[in-house]
Amino acid sequence: MKILVCISKSPDTTSKIAFTDGNTKFDENGVQYIVNPYEEWYSLVRALELKETLGGNVTIITVGSAGDEAVIRKALAIGADDAVRIDAEATDAYFTATQIAAYAKSNSFDIILTGKETINYNGSQVGGMIAEELDMPFISLATKLDLNGSTATLEKEIVGGVQVVEVATPFVASCAKGMAEQRIPNMRGIMAARTKPLTVVPAIGADLYTAFTSYSMPAPKTACKMIDPENMDELVSLLHNEAKVI
Amino acid sequence: MSTLVYITSSNGVGKSAFEAVTYAKKMGGDVVVVTTGSADSSVLAGLGQYGASKVLVDRSVTSDDSQQLTRVIATAVASTNANAIVFSHDLVAKAVAPRLSVRLKAGLVAGATSLPTTDGGFTCSVNVFSGKAFGNVNVKTDKKIISLLPNSIQPESTGSACAVEEFNGNAGESRIKVISTKKPEGEIPLPEAELVVSAGRGMKGPENWGIVEDLAKELGAATACSRPVADIGWRPHHEHVGQTGVAIRPNLYIAAGISGAIQHLAGVNGSKVIVAINTDPEAPFFKAADYGVLGDVFEVLPRLTEALKKFHASNN
Ligand SMILES: Cc1cc2nc3c(=O)[nH]c(=O)nc-3n(C[C@H](O)[C@H](O)[C@H](O)COP(=O)(O)OP(=O)(O)OC[C@H]3O[C@@H](n4cnc5c(N)ncnc54)[C@H](O)[C@@H]3O)c2cc1C
Ligand SMILES: Nc1ncnc2c1ncn2[C@@H]1O[C@H](COP(=O)(O)O)[C@@H](O)[C@H]1O
Repeated sequence: MKILVCISKSPDTTSKIAFTDGNTKFDENGVQYIVNPYEEWYSLVRALELKETLGGNVTIITVGSAGDEAVIRKALAIGADDAVRIDAEATDAYFTATQIAAYAKSNSFDIILTGKETINYNGSQVGGMIAEELDMPFISLATKLDLNGSTATLEKEIVGGVQVVEVATPFVASCAKGMAEQRIPNMRGIMAARTKPLTVVPAIGADLYTAFTSYSMPAPKTACKMIDPENMDELVSLLHNEAKVI
Repeated sequence: MSTLVYITSSNGVGKSAFEAVTYAKKMGGDVVVVTTGSADSSVLAGLGQYGASKVLVDRSVTSDDSQQLTRVIATAVASTNANAIVFSHDLVAKAVAPRLSVRLKAGLVAGATSLPTTDGGFTCSVNVFSGKAFGNVNVKTDKKIISLLPNSIQPESTGSACAVEEFNGNAGESRIKVISTKKPEGEIPLPEAELVVSAGRGMKGPENWGIVEDLAKELGAATACSRPVADIGWRPHHEHVGQTGVAIRPNLYIAAGISGAIQHLAGVNGSKVIVAINTDPEAPFFKAADYGVLGDVFEVLPRLTEALKKFHASNN
């Protein structure tokens, strides 16, 4: 079983969000990057569990610059076998997906996993795009993944509920909560990660379909109006007359 | 200029569909809707009121397999010569729109919150960094795909019913076999809800949720919860809102016994109005809320439900 896990970085959740260069660039000053939680907690861990019971290999892939290798090593420390970095800035989902799809084409994987979304741009785009490029079925927001030979059974979120589906390998799935339990890397894993193979692959030529041109911050909230807990009639009246939401 | 709107009609045709059609209409140009599934033609014809000139329905497709839906929509794009495609940013669109983007070589705005501006290129705003900031995305391709965040635009019904045509979208085979589908009946899907009552660990235990549900019922609101509450199994996972759960932006979000951690706020700070109920004056939620009630949920929630009952009675 060959599994490819797509890993992106994301700013630590407590990072201050700010922009520079006339609000056209994310201010990375003092920002700590972590492995995007959906990969660290769900897709990567489930891939490792499948490998541990069925045998095989787990490769992680990221589209990013040399500075992202620290994040890759973190994912290797959790237990992936090897890593690939496609050497390019990932600024557009289509560009990113095209790079990963090109690598996957020449290295045939049985399963390709992504996270639900990156928490910086929240596009939820890359997984579906890879699937289309490879003409593979795509199971989005999978919360469970089991394998029986070359048939996978997955649970996925649907509007207000869950669905159980079956699909043959190869396929692409995006992983959401429920898939696995977070694994904290141990000392041995961290040591081993230092010497695991990390291949750097040049990017292929691809178009950018979209570009962020500017950013802005929400206006600061006006102070919270405190309401007497004994007087809920007042709250109802404010919600009706002032806020106009009921 | 011609715009195609895809809507999911398996759950009926609701507010998010009206929003998407209204949005497409406001972009200017002709609006055609394509849909799959079993919705009544009379219901689909009603989309004309929001601006559709016709509805194409492919009844051969009943699943939400992203490969089949991508083929159907691509066929409809070809037959209508659409240069923009609009989705409502729901779970189906999140799987289909990226595929369609690759197939049509069309840039995708995932989660648009505004109409596009076209001076200096086609640009839409989206939420970034879990709702902590906004970004403007410029689409460089000729064809454009926009997946509209629910509750970003007010549906406007000014027109009249339109024609509904059976349509063969060449969906092809599905390689995904659906084994079972579990869907709770009659609940308001959280991402679409305009009013949400949410509760956290301050509720002490699942047996106490009755007062949350009573309030939600009186308001006609959906219920939500914080992550630890879903993790310990007090509430179902699909109710968990926040950075790792569902992101919502209702008109009213009432947070009872939730501290207001940054990861929770990331999923709800797009709400128009926030009410926080908490016994701790230092609870971070009070900094993010519009109205605060410093008090015990076990007293405040039933009191609020009563006040609403009075209000509803006198307004009828
Ligand atoms: C990477 C990451 C991602 C996360 N993602 C999410 C997410 O998506 N969603 C999410 O919710 N959390 C998320 N969390 C967890 C988050 O940090 C908080 O731990 C969580 O939101 C706290 O839940 P809570 O407010 O219900 O519980 P608590 O923090 O325990 O707060 C309970 C609150 O109830 C109040 N209270 C107690 N009794 C009463 C009473 N009788 N009446 C009124 N008030 C009372 C207390 O004063 C307190 O403020 C994430 C954490 C991390 C690290
Ligand atoms: N630069 C990247 N390198 C590798 N995988 C990525 C990258 N960006 C996104 N992904 C994967 O695609 C998923 C969805 O990302 P997004 O479409 O940005 O929300 C993420 O959870 C990752 O698994």
